[in-house]
Amino acid sequence: MVDFITGHYAYWFTIILLCIGLYGILFKKNLVKKTLGLVIIQASVVLYFVAIASKWGATVTVIDDSIPVDQVAQYLNPLPHTLMLTAIVVGVATLGVAFTLLMAIYNRYGTLDEQELIEKIQ
Amino acid sequence: MIESHIPAYIALTYVLFSILIPSFGLWRRDLCQPLAVLGTGLASLFSLIGFIDYLNNGMIRYYFGGWEPPIGIEFVYDGLSGFFVLVINLVAFFVLIYSREISRIEFPDKVMPYFALSMLMLLGFNGMLMTGDLFNLYVFLEISSLSSYALISIGDKPAPFAAFRYLIIGTTGGTLYLLGVGFLYTVTGTLNIIDMTAMLPMFIDSSAAFAALILMIVGIGVKAALFPMHGWLPDSYTYAATSSTALIAPIGTKVGAYILFRIMLWLFGIELTDAFAPVSYVVGVLACVGILYGSVMAIAQTEMKRMLAYSSVSQIGYIIMGLSLANPWGFAGALLHVLNHAVMKACLFMVSGHLRVKEGHSDISLFNDSYRKKYPWTMAAFSIGAISMVGLPPLAGFFSKWYLALGTIDNSNWLFLAVILVSSLLNAVYFFRILEKVYMMNPSKEQKQPSGGSYNEPKASMLIPTSVLAVSLFVIGFANAAIVGILLGVFPM
Repeated sequence: MVDFITGHYAYWFTIILLCIGLYGILFKKNLVKKTLGLVIIQASVVLYFVAIASKWGATVTVIDDSIPVDQVAQYLNPLPHTLMLTAIVVGVATLGVAFTLLMAIYNRYGTLDEQELIEKIQ
Repeated sequence: MIESHIPAYIALTYVLFSILIPSFGLWRRDLCQPLAVLGTGLASLFSLIGFIDYLNNGMIRYYFGGWEPPIGIEFVYDGLSGFFVLVINLVAFFVLIYSREISRIEFPDKVMPYFALSMLMLLGFNGMLMTGDLFNLYVFLEISSLSSYALISIGDKPAPFAAFRYLIIGTTGGTLYLLGVGFLYTVTGTLNIIDMTAMLPMFIDSSAAFAALILMIVGIGVKAALFPMHGWLPDSYTYAATSSTALIAPIGTKVGAYILFRIMLWLFGIELTDAFAPVSYVVGVLACVGILYGSVMAIAQTEMKRMLAYSSVSQIGYIIMGLSLANPWGFAGALLHVLNHAVMKACLFMVSGHLRVKEGHSDISLFNDSYRKKYPWTMAAFSIGAISMVGLPPLAGFFSKWYLALGTIDNSNWLFLAVILVSSLLNAVYFFRILEKVYMMNPSKEQKQPSGGSYNEPKASMLIPTSVLAVSLFVIGFANAAIVGILLGVFPM
């Protein structure tokens, strides 16, 4: 049991982050806090991908003269890192669009509280 | 020779025009709409050539940079993606012709961003349909989503709030999908769909693959507006400008449905999908609940755009239900319904746009019999769309429901068959109440009143696309046997 927890600690942190993010999206009333919850969810998935790329006793994926290229076990898996570069860019773009929309909402209604907004719209 | 490059041409056309439109739009704003129509026209032409080539020579696989998969990234133009690409490009072509007048009236200073963003959104949709790589699919998903959030926020006063809620729900869905892709990558070590399809049967006992399937269905279900994840749809479609709604509503949810088809019938295959738990049946039941819920909510609405939005929740349910049946008839019915619903919904949302331009509202409680004199062609198009939606022959909507019903009988699934019949009746309730108000109310009283309103149709550039879509419902209805013949050949088993 202890092995199960300590052996997967990277995944436990991912799960905790995912839960914090979902909590923020579902229960926070302020729209900025909801957006932050979204960012935390995305960060948890990024960390998950980074965690699956790691190997014990391996080094970063820059060619090292002392390690031949064909010894793949000596290098980390570079693919998840590259994927996550793209995913981070996507996350930044989403954040930009979200904040633009928040500015538009604030200019029109003068509040960012979800409950007040729903009352004002109806 | 050109055929083998078709998938790349379609994507490149949209990239090119999404750059051309802002650069020409700064010089002359009038050029935006013709350029957008030209872009979708070219893309439709390419997708038509590609689909004909698929029928003659089989699927097209385009390798980017000459790198062969699984190392490289590829576009796959097979029967399923080819059909969807053809449908969404053709419908978008008509909607963009229609947008010329209404975009000037509804948002005169945002015409250039609207057309540029619509090109980007179509790029995302086409990319999602054609890509053969799961992570690429996520990137295209986010391209199309980000542009659709922006498109929805052009509109009425509450539109940014509706778009923001869609952004939160949609991005969470996209992120869950990405987590599912991560699980599948750890299990199989590849991201290429065709490669992964070959490998997954080896991992039939893997709980990670099953978790990935659930995460992907939930994540993409948000985009497809599958029943419990549909919450963003009614507000977004109601508050967005009519031209945005007419563009997003017919094609956006279909692309989500396409990914569900691709995941459940191709990537996993129906045996693997149901290996751990009856996933396809659960999805089918959710679709049924969505069909009934959408229809009942549509009856309760008085605003026409909101009614059509709830009707979309209901109609997407038919498509997912056909998917969950996983037999040839259900499959053909679902795909035929993709085509029918895209045409019908575009036509009906365009009609609501006509009324908004001319009357300033689309509130059903204010409809009256003078409309049939003022808008004879608009109301004729509405009637055709509505009757097709209810499902009366010989219009297109009847045939997709007919094939879906055949599919439920094939599986002896009487619950789903009952849902199809009941929801057709509910559809009749909410469409015929409008037809009654326009065509049947007070026939004798109307003759006494001389001033019933005079002919007041919108301009031809709005009227012609609507009429073409309405007429094409007859054409699809009569050509249904040929279309279904093609679609049955696409079925993977």
